[in-house]
Parts: sequence; C-alpha cells; structure tokens
Amino acid sequence: MPVGGADRVEWDILLRILPTVVVDGFVLGFVYAMIALGYTMVYGVLQMINFAHSEIFVMGAFVGAETLLILQASGLLTVLHPLALLAVVLVLAMAGSGLLAVAVERVAYRPLRGAPRLIPLISAIGVSFFLQDAIRLFESLWRNAFFLTYPTIDLFDRRIPLVGEVEISVKSLLIIVASLLMLVVLTLFVNRTKLGMAIRAVAEDQPTAGLMGVNVGRIISLTFLIGGAMGGAAGALFGVQFGTINPYSGFIPGLKAFTAAVLGGIGNVPGAMVGGLVLGMLEAFAASYMSLLTGGAFGAEYKDIFAFSVLIVILMFRPQGLLGEVVREKL
Amino acid sequence: MTRLRGVLVALVLLVTAALLVPAQAPVRAQATKGKIKIATQSPLSGGQAVLGEGIKNGAQLAIEQLGGPIKRLGFDLELVPFDDQAKPDVGVANAKNLVTDPDILLVIGHLNSGVAIPSSEVYKDSMLAMISPANTNPKITDRKYKNVFRVVGRDDVQGVVGAEFAAKEMKVKTVYIIHDKTAYGQGVAEFFRDHAPKVGMRVVGFEGTEEQANFDPIITPILARRPDLVYFGGIYNQAGVFFKQARAKGLKARFLGPDGMDSSDLAKVAGQAIVGMHYTTVAGPVSVYPRAAKFAQDYKAKFGKDPEPFAAQAYDATAIGLKAIENAIKAAGGKKPTREQVTNEIHKIKGFRGLTDTFTFDAKGDPVPATYFVINIVSGDPAKWGQNKLVKTLRINPPGAGM
Repeated sequence: MPVGGADRVEWDILLRILPTVVVDGFVLGFVYAMIALGYTMVYGVLQMINFAHSEIFVMGAFVGAETLLILQASGLLTVLHPLALLAVVLVLAMAGSGLLAVAVERVAYRPLRGAPRLIPLISAIGVSFFLQDAIRLFESLWRNAFFLTYPTIDLFDRRIPLVGEVEISVKSLLIIVASLLMLVVLTLFVNRTKLGMAIRAVAEDQPTAGLMGVNVGRIISLTFLIGGAMGGAAGALFGVQFGTINPYSGFIPGLKAFTAAVLGGIGNVPGAMVGGLVLGMLEAFAASYMSLLTGGAFGAEYKDIFAFSVLIVILMFRPQGLLGEVVREKL
Repeated sequence: MTRLRGVLVALVLLVTAALLVPAQAPVRAQATKGKIKIATQSPLSGGQAVLGEGIKNGAQLAIEQLGGPIKRLGFDLELVPFDDQAKPDVGVANAKNLVTDPDILLVIGHLNSGVAIPSSEVYKDSMLAMISPANTNPKITDRKYKNVFRVVGRDDVQGVVGAEFAAKEMKVKTVYIIHDKTAYGQGVAEFFRDHAPKVGMRVVGFEGTEEQANFDPIITPILARRPDLVYFGGIYNQAGVFFKQARAKGLKARFLGPDGMDSSDLAKVAGQAIVGMHYTTVAGPVSVYPRAAKFAQDYKAKFGKDPEPFAAQAYDATAIGLKAIENAIKAAGGKKPTREQVTNEIHKIKGFRGLTDTFTFDAKGDPVPATYFVINIVSGDPAKWGQNKLVKTLRINPPGAGM
C-alpha cells in the first residue's frame, strides 16, 4: 500500500533510529535470554523441553503485578523507594515461579520419568494449558479482570540520555543489569559450587551420579527451582517494561525464548544468553526497519517470521546450536 | 471407604438438586401465550469486557423498564446474553446457536464490527433482526441486509470527521497512522488516511499491528518521523498500552483516535499519557443527552457503576426492538410474530424518540442523520472519565442516504 512520504527508502531516518533499535534489541534479547535459561537448564539435566515454562514466566509477571497492585492499594507504592520495590517484586516473583516450577515437576514430570521422551512433552503442553486457565480463573475471581496493568513508577520511566538523541529508560537499564547479574551468578553457581557440580553430574549421567551419592531427585527439583526463578524474574521485568500482562501473554515470549535456547545450543547456559541476544536484536531490527525498507509493504507484524525462520535454518545447518555440542543420545 | 461413599452420595444428591432447580422455573410461566427472548452478543470476558458488559446491562434495563406493553399482551420477556469474546469465530458459533431458539426474535449487538459482519450473515438466513448499538464499519449496512440495523454513525464519516478535526482545529500538518488490523480499526484508519491529503495533512506512516505488549519496534520509526499527530484506529485495551509506551519513549506527538478509545479503562492502562488527547465518537458521554439523565441514575442504582459508552445506545436499540415486537404482535392479531414480521416493523419505525437521538432508518438500516462527537480527555484518572470535555458535535447523514 503506497503511503505518502514512504515510497522511497529514507536513509537518514534509518541511521537516526539505529541506536534506539540497538537498545530495544538488547532489552528484548535479555528478556528472552532470561526465559531461555529455564529451558536450557531443564533440558541440560533431563533432555526434556519444559513447555510449561512460558506459564512459569507468566506466573512471575502476575506475582509482580499483584505485588505492585496490592502495595498501591495499601498506599505503600509511593512510600517505598522504587529500587526497594523492584527488589521486593523480583524476590516474590522468583519465589512464586520457582516454587511453581518445582510443583510442576513433581506432579507432571516425575511420575513419567523413564517413560518415552514424547510423554513428558505432552504432559508439559497439558500443564501449560492448565496453568493459563488456572491463572485466568484465579484473577477473574480475585479481581474480576485477568488483563492486569502494572502501576506506573515514575523513576522507571525516566530516561537517561546516552549520546546525542539516544536515550535509555531506567527500566530498560534495570532489565539489562538484572539479567547480566543473574547470568553471572548462575554461571558461577553451576561451575564453581558443589551443588553446581552435582547438577552437572546429573546432566552427564543420572544413574552414575546417583551411585556417587548425588540425590538425583533433589538436584532435579533444584534445577527446576533455579530455572523457574529465572523465568519469574524475567516475567516481572517484562511486566515492568511493557506495562501489561494477561494469562496468555507467555506464549509468544516463551516460544521465542525456546527458539533462543535452541539457537544458542540447548543445554548450554552461555548459549541461551547468546541465542536470546541474537534473537532480540534480529527482531528489533526486522520490526523497526521492515516497513521503512519496503516502503510500508511489509510492516512490523511480520517480525515473528524472522525468529522462526532462524530456528528452521539453525536446525537445518547446525542442529546443535551456535555454542552447543553434539549431545549423544542417552539410553 | 465408607466416608468416601458418603461424600459421593452427597455429591450426586447435590448435582441432582442443582439440575432440578432450573427445571422447576418454567412451570410458573405456563399461563402466558409464550416466551419472547431478546439476545445480546458482546464481549463479556477479555480486554473489552467493560464495553461489552455495558451493552448487556443497557439492554437489560430497557427490557425491565419498557417491556410492559409486551407483557400486557400476554408474553414473557427474557434477556439471553451471549459472550462473543470480541472474536469473530465465537460470535458466529453463538449466532448459529441462537438462531435455533425460535423464541429469540431480536439480537442486540455486537460491539466489534469484525464480529458483527460474519455473525449477521447467520442472522440473515433466518431474517432475525440485529440492531447494533456500537458497530461503525460501513460494511455492516452496506451489504443491504434487510434485517441489519444500527443506531450509531459510520466509520467512513467518523474517519473523515477525525481528519477534518485534526487539520482544522488541531492544526496538524503531519500524521502517523496505526491500526489494529480489524474491520473496525483498519477501516476507520483508512478513511482517515484517504481524507487527510484533502485537508492538507501529510500521512508519514500507516501501519497495522496485532501486538499487545511490546510496541518498541513500532514507536521507534514514529519517533524518527516526528509527526505532529498519531492516529490510532483501534480499541482502548491495545491503544492504551501503545500510548503509554510511546510517551515513555519520548514521543511528543498529539494523539487522536476513534470511538474505540471511549472507555475509562483507557485511563486505567495509559494514565497520564493520554491527558489532552482527543477522540471522535458516535456515542457521546451520557451527560450530553438531555433525555438520558434518568437512565444514568437508574443504571448506577442497578449496576453500581456509571454507564459505559454504548450502554445508552444498547438501551435505545432494545427500545426500538421492543416497540417493533409490540407492533408485530398487534399486527399478527395477538399471536407471537415471526422474525420476519419483527424485521419489517423495525423498518416502519419513524422518528422514534430514544435517549440518545430520534431514530429513523434509511433503507440500508443506517440512522438518518447520525451524530458524531469530538471529545477531549482531561484526566489520566479513570474515575474522572465522565468529566471529559465535549468539544464538537456534528449531525451528518450517511453517504447515499435515500431519505
């Protein structure tokens, strides 16, 4: 559809928005990366894709929204320092999602351990639908609305000038800092601590790890706890960043994060990070530039095609992902 | 084990009792000549439920207050609300369902044109009259179905009203247009776009999106184009998020939208971001209708909140339908009329005094003339939605009205 003024490519505009697009890409990428960590950790340990992870992410977003809304109703929202607020929100969201992930593992996956690979996958999809509607039911009963809006916190919306016209909002910066911090802590935890070693041992070979005195069940629960907590934190930050949440908003981010995990090499922690960033950046560029470059013929709504095209290409040419190693089939 | 059995027996008894209760209700109603049902179809769940519920409540109030004549003619009157979830497929499924109930003689709905268009295809087959309190897409009546009516104006006029207002009153030179890719949102946005050059505005962007959460990639190109105005053809639940994120990202442009913006939930979602923005609407705030003051009181007394936009229109649509049913009963000699008879009677109604206007329909089912309003949002507080300022009122005939 021809639009006045957009019938030629405007190079000056392309260049002018470049820094903003890069910042958007980073923010989105870090959100995807944080969710992807949950997929990757569970896969690393169980060789199973936890498709209920997007609902665990949504759980975090809802816990975050409820925390802020309840604080707002009790008048504490303006009393507490915004950073203290953020800390409270993150801790509660991580706890809620982490515990939910552990519960899901207990109820839906543990009884199926040893079953063919496809069975827990189906059970995961079932849990995913169940959780969506459970959240919807609960919020409908509790608030008579299941589309929640995050209260506005002025400090988070404030913008810090970077260079020239480019600005970054405080909340975008918080997402980047929080996810980098979590990634570092997680990497150190997995590689430097005893529990981390136990997780790696279980990932390597479950029966042997068990024979060496590792409590396999507990380590698997721990993996779900950590992965779930990451997803919860990502959910709460997603809510703060974009301001709105409903029980079904986990689906697309979850799918993207899964793509990111596969892209980076599923089972590989830094891989999830790299995959998330590549995907976030790709999406931001595709969405912002597509309509400019095609004179409005293709709009931002086609951005999702890119994520999934990349997934297909990666699976075709490098099935182990960018940073992944070839995982041998376990029996 | 015995305890479990006890629980089971109790459960079975409970379920049986629950099944028996509604079965007893119709026994009382034997003495009448039969039942006449009026259906509403509107979103009662999801992001647009606030407006959809207003439509249901408006119809309910009308049936209670104006159903007397039909009851005196010996019929039971009942409202059957359907939830179309603002989804075309759900609306059509409901429509197929409700046409099989011979007691339903009228449908009040829908909220969304995208749902009303396919659903009315189903109503048409059984000549079931549909009076829409809210649909503004031209296609609703342009298909010239005999059974389809509306009590509000059209987007081809509303989009033009918006463009005229932007150019002449807001002194806008450049505009960026966003829409939600629905029959309603895209439709009104296209009418705005097509009229913009005629009043000296340059359209610097036109883009559709179904995004609900992350508008960053859409906002960035808008920032770069620096338009004077952003026009959002869509509904408040999506637009509110967009407005909020656009302001947070530093967009300085003024905002304008169609009647999809008209809900206190817009303020709930967007807060300060929408203060000072304008929207055009086919449904003015209840305060602009002198005859609607009592309606507003009754509504608040019954439902505990102020009427949402389109509640008064739903009341009027129902009132017209009730009058037509009454006339049809009389014409049928006191017997229950057919759906086609009811549809014919609606066409015969001339100069019906409702709350929001005096209604006469043209051959297509459009009101002649229709009223359009431009409203200015004064506060980001949802509780102050009713204080929004009316800045312009226009009465315009539908295009090609043969009256």
